[in-house]
Amino acid sequence: MNAPLQFVPASAFKQRAAAAVADAHLRSSFRNAMDFLIARRAAQFPDAPALERQRAFAEHIRKYSLARLPDLLEQLERKLTDNGVSVHWAETPEEANRIIIDIARRHSTRLMVKGKSMVSEEIELNHAMADAGMEALESDMGEYIVQLDGEKPSHIIMPAIHKTKQQIARLFAEKVPGAAYTDSVDELIGIGRAVLREKFMTAEIGLSGVNFAVAETGTLCLVENEGNGRMCTTVPDVHIAITGIEKVVEKLEHVPPLLALLTRSATGQAITTYFNMISGPRKPGEKDGPRELHLVLVDNGRTQAYGDEQLRSTLQCIRCGACMNHCPVYTRIGGHAYGSTYPGPIGAIVSPHMLGLAATHVLPTASSLCGACGEVCPVRIPIPDLLIRLRGEAQHAARPGEKPMLGQGAAQSRLIDIIWAGWAALYTRPALYRAFGWLATRFRALTPPMQSGWTASRTPLQPARRTLHEQMAARKRS
Amino acid sequence: MSARANILQRLRAAPQATPPLPPDVPAFHAACHAGLAAGTRAARIALFCEKMAFWHGEVVRVTRANWPQTLRELCVTKGVRSLLHGEPHTAALRAAGIGGLKPYDRPVDAWKKELFEDTDASLTSTRGGIAETGTLIIWPDVDEPRLMSLVPPIHFALLDADQLYDDLFGAMREQRWSSGMPTNALLVSGPSKTADIQVTLAYGAHGPKELVVLMLVNEEELK
Repeated sequence: MNAPLQFVPASAFKQRAAAAVADAHLRSSFRNAMDFLIARRAAQFPDAPALERQRAFAEHIRKYSLARLPDLLEQLERKLTDNGVSVHWAETPEEANRIIIDIARRHSTRLMVKGKSMVSEEIELNHAMADAGMEALESDMGEYIVQLDGEKPSHIIMPAIHKTKQQIARLFAEKVPGAAYTDSVDELIGIGRAVLREKFMTAEIGLSGVNFAVAETGTLCLVENEGNGRMCTTVPDVHIAITGIEKVVEKLEHVPPLLALLTRSATGQAITTYFNMISGPRKPGEKDGPRELHLVLVDNGRTQAYGDEQLRSTLQCIRCGACMNHCPVYTRIGGHAYGSTYPGPIGAIVSPHMLGLAATHVLPTASSLCGACGEVCPVRIPIPDLLIRLRGEAQHAARPGEKPMLGQGAAQSRLIDIIWAGWAALYTRPALYRAFGWLATRFRALTPPMQSGWTASRTPLQPARRTLHEQMAARKRS
Repeated sequence: MSARANILQRLRAAPQATPPLPPDVPAFHAACHAGLAAGTRAARIALFCEKMAFWHGEVVRVTRANWPQTLRELCVTKGVRSLLHGEPHTAALRAAGIGGLKPYDRPVDAWKKELFEDTDASLTSTRGGIAETGTLIIWPDVDEPRLMSLVPPIHFALLDADQLYDDLFGAMREQRWSSGMPTNALLVSGPSKTADIQVTLAYGAHGPKELVVLMLVNEEELK
């Protein structure tokens, strides 16, 4: 069931992007879905000044929480432990997988049902579980569909957005035992519901992500529409929640302002069907709920972002996906082209911390810097500034006194450095500059007709007959 | 060093500018509602009904006296053969003569298959509702466990109109949630749904396909 899925190298990003742009089906799937989500979000925020107030306040909450992050994590751990929850810490994906697999082995697990969790994608949990001889089954409809087809999600909120219903109909008919071909969406959902209900009943472990972790009460909050998240966190005997360390807030009252922006920004809903607040396992006397509850706190590069005051704002993210919905690049190439777990603008600024710049330096360049992502971000992450910053970090060694990022300077090129040194020499020496101008204009006929990327879709560049200085001098004389 | 110690050490070693002041949620909340008239009971009821209908939830107005009877009629109309309920409602439901009553009186482990495959509907209480978003507040407990509002295809929820709040923050503050949360607390807005296939909305994803709110109102508020 679980085909080994590896991170596709970002180095092949340009080929994948070119292929995606040439795929008319994919283009229209994304264009339609993004237009739909953009319109839905806009309808939720009719009052621009009110939205700005909400965004400013949400940013304030996230910045305040991050400023107190180590204390809040300790408070959360204390509170959860008091509530009967086991808290685990993992620095790397390998550690996180080992923690989860150890728990699964202790319970002789055959099947783990999963609610939507991007962190579990980030650590490639399904692959690790398969290697350990256990099945990890996605239960969010979109995630179930992409897993059935051996793929990864192409959008953090709508994982199967790249597929048409006909493609899903064929997939179900082929891969789901006993399912007849139907392209009625209601019937397709009915098939998924029937298959997965059986699995919820038999799974030994349920796994989920976390949208907000509240330190004061030790509460894990989960946002969802389908009910599969509640199934995963309630039916199996063991529930494991996994989250990045940045998701913690201090107080319960900090949740409503963030929740209001999360669901409205993500899918244009004022609230999701379910907002599930979990503060502990089944208590004596209670008749259902997991008997054991674990929380795995994952670093995976987040402390690197935290270590720099500008890059720290990356961690304000509440994973709504609005930046990708509004990104002209994402809309044209889709999520798979990026090759990273998190695609789009947020993926381009978060992936370098997780995977290093050597593997991801091309991602921050996948942007026209139009600024839409920064404008729609509900917690006001200055995404375009961070894209520019990361482009720079990939091009040069760490500045004196600064800690190098993972993969610092990975895109540095001798040729480009020499060209810039030559450019600087030319433009700082007037005699040399004038000589260059004279030569370039007099020998303009020698300009090559093919100029690499430029002439792929444009006419070649050629110097004018005379330099601007010469033309201005001539005009003055006449 | 442990992963925990390493992570905390790296976080503590990071440079910190002056930390922001604690966010003043009550002030923000007041500013958002400045200029709006304080919600009346009638306005809250109307808004809740409108929003719940938007989520495909059904609202039926009932009184303390007639709700079991109304529920019996609804069960007949919807073809409900078995109704899962908690101990506190047993007497009222029996008195109304509802057939197929099934009390949630033992741990789920003993009858999981029956719950999933042979239970048509459930009735739960609620701790209140939120008008702004058309949301039910449900705190499962020993009498009304978590799965009651999730597994049966039809969920009937009893909501007292006296317990309607303007918004989530108001409900949280007035019910003092931060002084002690239950093992599981839920906000429920409509039946389960998904738009994962070509952004086409479908109801009855993994949870209930229908949500029916029995709203307890005064005699004169029955429409």
